[in-house]
Amino acid sequence: MKKTYKIEVDCANCARKMEEAAAKVEGVAAATVSFMTQKMNVEFAEGADAKAVMQDVQKACKKVESDCEIYL
Amino acid sequence: MTKKQKRVLCRILLSFGLMVILAFVPAEGILKFGLYLIPYLIIGYDILKKAVLGILHGEVFDENFLMAVATVGAFALGEYQEGAAVMLFYQIGELFQSVAVGRSRRNISALMDIRPDYANLEKEDGSLEQVDPEEVEIGSVIVVKPGEKIPIDGEVLEGSSVLNTSALTGESLPREVTVGDACISGCVNESGLLKLRTTKEFGESTVSKILDLVENSSMKKARTENFITRFAHYYTPTVCYGALALALGVPLLNLLLGHPAAWGDWITRALTFLVISCPCALVISIPLSFFGGIGGASAKGILIKGSNYLELLSQTKYVVMDKTGTLTKGVFQVTEIHPEGQFTRESLLELAACAESYSNHPISKSLRQAYGKEVDAERVSDIQEISGHGVTALVDGRKVAAGNGKLMRQLGLSADEPEAAGTVVYVAVDGVYAGYLLIADVLKEESARALKELKAAGIKKTVMLTGDGKKAAESVAAQLSIDEVRSELLPEDKVEQVEALLASKGKKEVLAFVGDGINDAPVLSRADIGIAMGALGSDAAIEAADIVLMDDNPRKIALAIRISRKCMRIVYENIVFAIGVKFLCLVLGALGKASMWLAIFADVGVMVIAVLNAIRCLKVNAGDLEA
Repeated sequence: MKKTYKIEVDCANCARKMEEAAAKVEGVAAATVSFMTQKMNVEFAEGADAKAVMQDVQKACKKVESDCEIYL
Repeated sequence: MTKKQKRVLCRILLSFGLMVILAFVPAEGILKFGLYLIPYLIIGYDILKKAVLGILHGEVFDENFLMAVATVGAFALGEYQEGAAVMLFYQIGELFQSVAVGRSRRNISALMDIRPDYANLEKEDGSLEQVDPEEVEIGSVIVVKPGEKIPIDGEVLEGSSVLNTSALTGESLPREVTVGDACISGCVNESGLLKLRTTKEFGESTVSKILDLVENSSMKKARTENFITRFAHYYTPTVCYGALALALGVPLLNLLLGHPAAWGDWITRALTFLVISCPCALVISIPLSFFGGIGGASAKGILIKGSNYLELLSQTKYVVMDKTGTLTKGVFQVTEIHPEGQFTRESLLELAACAESYSNHPISKSLRQAYGKEVDAERVSDIQEISGHGVTALVDGRKVAAGNGKLMRQLGLSADEPEAAGTVVYVAVDGVYAGYLLIADVLKEESARALKELKAAGIKKTVMLTGDGKKAAESVAAQLSIDEVRSELLPEDKVEQVEALLASKGKKEVLAFVGDGINDAPVLSRADIGIAMGALGSDAAIEAADIVLMDDNPRKIALAIRISRKCMRIVYENIVFAIGVKFLCLVLGALGKASMWLAIFADVGVMVIAVLNAIRCLKVNAGDLEA
């Protein structure tokens, strides 16, 4: 399953950090962050609960980039 | 500017004003430190906070960390003014970057502004209600007033009008629609009131598919982009250790060798080194360049599905093209009828039209068109399509075979080959050769120039693939000066031909295949780059291709290649410029020849220049394409 989320992030490097952090979260098969379109694409692992996983993703991203925002 | 940006601007102005005043205050020692601390904290508190948080979360070595260490270090050495100034300029650079990027992002989005805001839904009592297009169900009736965008794909129920497709194709070619015609979302209704019955949901409509494609294009990253990411990953830590070596290693070495350690001098050099090293110029300008290139192209009706394809496109050396629908209009007309024996022109045409009455192939359509009358379905039975050969059918009880030379040979018949170029449909009735019809396809007006432009763009070889006969194919190739022709191909042969070409080309050379995306989806996906043409309204083409040309002008192939080349040139310019200047300044910094002010230029200045350069990608010089 794939979902796209709107995000808010200030710099390209921060977007890269978010991408790395999100990809490491359990239940995420792949994640890409586009700084230009301010969007995050998340591909969930089989059987993962998107809502719960996204909570973790948000936490992980806040950790590496305190200024970022993910609109769930 | 957003609220956030305005707040940063206020902080910059405030801190700058304080710095100017402080320059005239003759304070010394601890008082000076305290005074300069005020503008420094005003401008830099968030950076310091992020740096501390970063360290706590194990994310050291980002630009916040670099800036925090450099400025705190400067304060520790008593260079208060420099410390505060570095932070100030860093913030100015960041603000500039965020405004510039935000603006070009909006510009690009405006170019692609085809998203309809509302739909006028007609309710059961005949009244209209403005609703979100997403809420409209299939089969609903919507009204599109003159000047409005068509929000959802649909079919005209009432009214007639002229549609402007320029938002989708980049060219304002008016399209007339009337009752029964299909309307594509994203077009603008120019003249009359239209009542449509929607045939798709908003999410499945053309406009959504295109938006989706463009918005996701930056997710597919180019090799160059990934290189920068990897580069930044190793670069920042390397620089930090380098700075550490300068600050601690050299003075210690000095002590060991019996020289004075000169701590202050070397720490200053290390701090300058850190300020210079910030990789922002690369990290921001490269994705911005790609995004600009993709945005600029889409404004010309060229949709590129990812930065990686833009990069590949710039390396294209071979262009393989399908003939029908790509170089020719794909509109077939019966130009000659040659009956044999007892058959007349009329009877031959009638038999051919009947035999092909169930096929949707363009050739069959043109036969029916030339026949001019409706074919009575009951007269035809037992239809068999033989892929790449033709059809056989029972017409009024007689066994009719209509197709190409191969079909005739299969039936053991010999047929004379006509001199004129075109597609020949041979007809045999009850195993006897009955004559042929010549069907010619018309070349597009732009094709010859398109081929010339490809050559001018440095394409090594152009190849045309077609299912047509050798003569027809070669005559087209000669008119257009195409390098190589492969004719009489079955659909599966095209994949083989492309694979052979792929195997014979150099490793760094890229092969692009251009087709109309309808019958050549396998070839589109097999080639290094698949370019689908004339995709307006064809979902299959949008899905299968890497690059989609919204209209069917073949000159856009060369334009797309030119756009990609320009974009890649700018990308390389920025890489070489940014890394070059940084490297030079790093060396100067290590040697103690670079002041803190030069360091600020190497960081902020280089980034500003790189971003401005990247914005050039957005501008596409289409030349006389519109003329």
